[in-house]
Amino acid sequence: MTRHVEHVMGTVFSFDVRHRGGRHDDAETYVAEAVAWLHHVDAVFSTYKPDSPVSRLGRGEIALADCPPEVAGILRMCASVTDRSRGYFTAYPGGRLDPSGIVKGWAVERASAMLRDAGAPDHCVNGGGDVRLSGAPDPGRSWRVGIAHPLRPGDLAAVVTGDDLAVATSGTAERGAHVIDPHTGRPAAELASVTVIGPDLALADAYATGALAMGGAAREWVEELDGYEAFAVTATGTTWRTSGL
Amino acid sequence: MRRAILAVLATAVGLVLLLSFKPHEVTSLAERPAAVTEGGDADDGDRAQNGAQNGAQNGAQNGVQGDGQDDREDDGDRFGEGSPDTSGSGSAWTGQGAAAGATSGEKTVTGDPADTRWGPVQVQIVISGGRLAGIKVPVAPANNRRDIAINTEALPILNEEALSARSAQIDTVSGATYTSEGYIRSLQSALDKAGL
Repeated sequence: MTRHVEHVMGTVFSFDVRHRGGRHDDAETYVAEAVAWLHHVDAVFSTYKPDSPVSRLGRGEIALADCPPEVAGILRMCASVTDRSRGYFTAYPGGRLDPSGIVKGWAVERASAMLRDAGAPDHCVNGGGDVRLSGAPDPGRSWRVGIAHPLRPGDLAAVVTGDDLAVATSGTAERGAHVIDPHTGRPAAELASVTVIGPDLALADAYATGALAMGGAAREWVEELDGYEAFAVTATGTTWRTSGL
Repeated sequence: MRRAILAVLATAVGLVLLLSFKPHEVTSLAERPAAVTEGGDADDGDRAQNGAQNGAQNGAQNGVQGDGQDDREDDGDRFGEGSPDTSGSGSAWTGQGAAAGATSGEKTVTGDPADTRWGPVQVQIVISGGRLAGIKVPVAPANNRRDIAINTEALPILNEEALSARSAQIDTVSGATYTSEGYIRSLQSALDKAGL
């Protein structure tokens, strides 16, 4: 087992790579490559670094064509989710370019793919609470992901079991009501947290952000999203889940 | 009308799926491993290190924590009633307290053995300087049931169990994005540290 903890993108990424038959130092090399990738993503997309391409693009100092090509890819993905979520997800929260709601999930998704392609198919990558599972932790056992209870720190609200799966949670527990309902301009407060489960973590991350902004209506919305399911804890502590869970 | 019938059919299929996930046993308060039965009040300034304890204690206080509002009988459990083979495979100390017990100022806390749906589980932890320094699972179920074909499907299964992090046998935690500082007191931080 190779574990690694990396502070990057304003949060912490945790790697858990199992290598049955594979070599320990190989796994460490793969993780180092994935970590280097995360720092690259941070350098390109950070809205906290004033000289990052995304910060400069947001201020109109450079054009999209001047940015690394992945910026255009992310903005296209954002636009698509904005459309699908009827505007509840936006790459322009508060009017300024900030695609953070999708970038972290996307970065984890890509880091996981890098590990898989390199020859480490059994792993779990957790980017600040957004999780990508691949393979299995042990033969005959699936990964188990605890969903942090947003109202009872230290407790879990549920456990998701799966093999190749993305699990993204958006909520108010860590940074308060930071997601704004773009249609009212007020902080979204109906749901304490919403977890979106599906095949791709970039989309799951964006859907979770959109769902938190949407509130209770997110339940019906996620039902209509192909391949994605949701579990939510409301501000009063009740829970709901979509029918595929 | 046709649409309505389809909907009913879909519901029936859904029910079959859900029933097949039905647990053979229901986790209850009594079955939860009492990981830490003493230890008293966790130092508030030290919550990060005591995350596992807090989880266990909160769990014990709160009892069964599934929602009561919208519950459905589909708390899936693939592991079910496998024979509770027990082994000492997890009996090595992990964490910084690998030399636990040898040093003064360290405290070893042994939980009561508890029957879980996976078999009997017992947990020991070492506390050093108010920090969780090591975790040992001297009694753990060796084998989960292998005969469930569903394991090979990519279908996520969600359990709303009575949950403390220590008893839930989780590999990782999904939650609202923590800051670098918030990570320190997160369950994920405890898992990374424990390396179980």
